[in-house]
Amino acid sequence: MPQIFEYNGSALIAMVGKNCFAIASDRRLGVQLQTIATDFQRIYKVHDRLFLGLSGLATDAQTLYQRLVFRHKLYQLREERDMKPETFASLVSAILYEKRFGPYFCQPVIAGLGDEDKPFICTMDSIGAKELAKDFVVAGTASESLYGACESMFRPDMEPEDLFETVSQALLSSVDRDCLSGWGGHVYVVTPTEVKERILKGRMD
Amino acid sequence: MGDSQYSFSLTTFSPSGKLVQIEHALTAVGSGQTSLGIKAANGVVIATEKKLPSILVDETSVQKIQLLTPNIGVVYSGMGPDFRVLVRKSRKQAEQYHRLYKEPIPVTQLVREIAAVMQEFTQSGGVRPFGVSLLVAGFDDKGPQLYQVDPSGSYFSWKASAMGKNVSNAKTFLEKRYTDDMELDDAVHTSILTLKEGFEGQISSKNIEIGIIGTDKKFRVLTPAEIDDYLAEVE
Repeated sequence: MPQIFEYNGSALIAMVGKNCFAIASDRRLGVQLQTIATDFQRIYKVHDRLFLGLSGLATDAQTLYQRLVFRHKLYQLREERDMKPETFASLVSAILYEKRFGPYFCQPVIAGLGDEDKPFICTMDSIGAKELAKDFVVAGTASESLYGACESMFRPDMEPEDLFETVSQALLSSVDRDCLSGWGGHVYVVTPTEVKERILKGRMD
Repeated sequence: MGDSQYSFSLTTFSPSGKLVQIEHALTAVGSGQTSLGIKAANGVVIATEKKLPSILVDETSVQKIQLLTPNIGVVYSGMGPDFRVLVRKSRKQAEQYHRLYKEPIPVTQLVREIAAVMQEFTQSGGVRPFGVSLLVAGFDDKGPQLYQVDPSGSYFSWKASAMGKNVSNAKTFLEKRYTDDMELDDAVHTSILTLKEGFEGQISSKNIEIGIIGTDKKFRVLTPAEIDDYLAEVE
């Protein structure tokens, strides 16, 4: 990954359970090796059943988020409904590809509940090439460790409590192997009826 | 253009608050060939007269009902060339929506876009309003839908509607025949009967067109052979 993606450091993960999903991130914002903040938000709520995580360069992530919220609000007003996760993913992809030759330095992770409470997760590169997955997706400077952790810990059709445990363990063990992410975690577990948000304490070094 | 001093520019209101050019456009629609649409419980049908100026015209070359997307069809009353312009613009809008969201455009959204174009042509310089009214039939997540769009850019959702020559007769006929639980086949019958009411001469598969869309969400124009079958059932 080019250097600029690693400027602030990040770890993102989304995982599918039985009629639910979890999306989690670390909380560090750094400038290379110096830590600036330990309460940074990388996961954004688009609507009650749709979440967006943005890894990579924090400044671009925030701008991109603002543009996406803008587009989603216009969509809501025009069509009088929330966007389906698949539709939102296509929108993100289109917006990223608009900047094909000067991209936002972000790798987004999209997770949502679609029709009939079917969970949807997906990630894409900084120019909008979608990568759909049935089980889990990861992004950020800790992505290599996250792949390993998720591959060994994931089980199909987990209940929300199980899913929370798995996602949290995968996140915490992975960020310990990465200098640029960590300092606690932020986990959302989304079921058809509720959204559970939890802050994790991790190694604060 | 001697109607009044307010007919020179479509962006000028007459003292009575009317835009005279739009009224003229509606007159053009009112003298056009009859079209009608019926929303059934499980689909929509749109139908129109296809009266040709001479028996020498090859009737297979005239298609008054057009597809905008696989699940949305449209028919017009009024000026044919204006209709083609709107069809081209609508298809482009539908394609742009699909390119952005990777999802077929909802009927309401496409109708809104078409209406926006028609409105723009009542306010821009150097253009005239469209001399057509449209009936847009579609089937999406919200079920079967039928919309009418007028030259002014206003649009309405209908259970059944008619336009062109004999509107009032056709609408009265539809009001008598329409029921909420109507099936698609009944709706096709009713639409043929309604066309027949105000039809000059003998109705046949060559001088009407019918488009249907059912729960398969695929809009299609009936072939002359299929229309003949329906005509046989009606008689």
